[in-house]
Amino acid sequence: MDRFRMIFQYFQSNSESVMNGICGLLALASVKMYTSFDFSCPCLPQYNMAYGLGIMFVPPIILFLCGLILNRQSLVMLEEWRRPSGRRKKDLAVIRYMCSSIMQRAMVAPVIWIIVTLLDGKCLICAFSGSMDPEKFVGFANVSTVQAQQLLAKVPCKDEELTSNSTSRKAVSRYLRCWSQALGWSILLILIIAAFLARWLRPCFNQATLLQARHWSNYIDIEQKIFEEACCEHSRLFAHKCILHFFESMRQEIKLHSFSLPREGEQAEGEEDLLRGITDQDQVNKLLKTWYCEKPPLDVSQAHQRHPLVRERSLLPWADNTSTRSKCPLHTSV
Amino acid sequence: MDKFRMIFQFFQSNQESFMNGICGIMALASTQMYSAFDFNCPCLPHYNLAYGLGILLVPPFILFLLGFVLNNNISMLAEEWRRPQGQRGKDPAVLRYMFCSMAQRAMIAPAVWVSVTLLDGKCITCAFCTSVPVESLGNASHPRLSQGEIQRVLARIPCKDIYNGQQLIANEVAVRYLRCISQALGWCSVLLMTTLAFLVRSLRPCFSQAAFLKSRYWSHYIDIERRLFDETCAEHARSFAKVCIQQFFEGMSTDLVAARCHLPRKAPADAGEAAEKLLGITDQGTMNMALKSWHRCKPPLHLHPPALPTGNGWAGEGQPPTYPSAPRRETAAYYSWV
Repeated sequence: MDRFRMIFQYFQSNSESVMNGICGLLALASVKMYTSFDFSCPCLPQYNMAYGLGIMFVPPIILFLCGLILNRQSLVMLEEWRRPSGRRKKDLAVIRYMCSSIMQRAMVAPVIWIIVTLLDGKCLICAFSGSMDPEKFVGFANVSTVQAQQLLAKVPCKDEELTSNSTSRKAVSRYLRCWSQALGWSILLILIIAAFLARWLRPCFNQATLLQARHWSNYIDIEQKIFEEACCEHSRLFAHKCILHFFESMRQEIKLHSFSLPREGEQAEGEEDLLRGITDQDQVNKLLKTWYCEKPPLDVSQAHQRHPLVRERSLLPWADNTSTRSKCPLHTSV
Repeated sequence: MDKFRMIFQFFQSNQESFMNGICGIMALASTQMYSAFDFNCPCLPHYNLAYGLGILLVPPFILFLLGFVLNNNISMLAEEWRRPQGQRGKDPAVLRYMFCSMAQRAMIAPAVWVSVTLLDGKCITCAFCTSVPVESLGNASHPRLSQGEIQRVLARIPCKDIYNGQQLIANEVAVRYLRCISQALGWCSVLLMTTLAFLVRSLRPCFSQAAFLKSRYWSHYIDIERRLFDETCAEHARSFAKVCIQQFFEGMSTDLVAARCHLPRKAPADAGEAAEKLLGITDQGTMNMALKSWHRCKPPLHLHPPALPTGNGWAGEGQPPTYPSAPRRETAAYYSWV
């Protein structure tokens, strides 16, 4: 009993830590993905903005969906939301609590991606270099509009021979990077302040409701896990009984066929018990073949009733090795 | 019993985590394979497309099949699918569940390969470099070349060291363009796959949750039953072998006693377990004969009930006369040989 209690406590605390762990892993994965991704701005007027903004916003959506998929609690919440009421009422506060905790954890990795992108600056430079006002920069002021657009679009690419050493290119690049980093730090600051306030001010509102919601959401999670374990345990016992009954029915068939006098008190050795009356190569082969061709029914309550099919089978030829080797005998299913 | 139960639960829950682990390892292996693979675009007009698309599509197919091969449950699924109905009906929902869960796990490594390939960009650059829009990206004022010449020049875009079309279209411009398209395709495909996975996972509790629970239970049951049956058979085989060998040694020792034609030496009363375990074989010659006999004439796979000791040591009496004579003939030959 003690052991089970310890295991349950482990699961209880572990559920939260597992989810936090997954959240952290996804955050690390998002940073790693960004650093290993080979950002390559197309430096073409129509494509820059789509590429830059795409790289900034599409991976966060992917990371958000991954965060929802990998979180086991999201399934639990959905089941709780969609189940019929039955004899247990649904508490919307609990569902809301679970939803908000799932969303908070799933938002961490996308936010980290966006912040890292902004602090690095490449995306914004790629996306908005074409939107710069050419008048502000010396190198682009004296050219036609179309050419200015072309040149501005090439700013993110350092290897372009037209603009590689140009000071104007560096000026545009620095300007955009400055904006990008300012935006990144501001977003980070706002988010941290919001998190701080939320955590500190929460006890001032509805603390009792919150405690209840948290308790019942943990309860639903644990109940789900225990149900799965109970099913697992049950199927193991079911299988055990089913196989024992199968061996027993084989032993009885063998007794029917073998006309031998019943052995008196032959249960002397433990090994004889384990052999379960199957003591011959043919018997073993027959057992294995029967296991494949005619799996026993999924019903362990009728263990010792003689099945009509067994009686019928006893009239068929028994040790017919050659013919029964390849094909399973046809029987009507019950 | 407790210990077995805990071990079983560990295996049961572990089976899922084991399969997830294999899935993750294969995903990592596919990224490693891609980075270790030396991509070598042929830079010839008709070969580029075949090579590029081949590298993009053939390894995922191999990884998909490998995902099925490495999954232990495939044989379980095949067995459940092909077995005769017998006394137990077959539930197609269970088979579908087993197949779907295996297919989902097998799809991860190919998806990772395709994503990594597209995000890297080399394959698409190699495959579609001849389709670059020269009019918009390149130099329109370049002297006209024939179509074939243009194709040949464009085909060399991925190979920077032999590219000779800098006047037609700058190499960096073309590579950047193609890589941009490739990465856009890559991210879109990852987004699509993630959205699909999310929808599949989240829409299931809204529909047919009860049927899902049933299928999951019975598919786990089939797995557990198969493993338990294998264990029971292994246990049975062990006992069978033990009794068979014991009877072989007993037969040998009875035989030796009969052959020596003198009363067996009475073992001292306090000989203990060790003397019993020797089973009457106490010298080199006898042991050699036992070993030779084991090799030349293995006993039949037929355990006779424990024999009542008789004067002439014939252990074959009392057998049920039901089986074909072949095993009996073997026994007779053994005795007459001695």
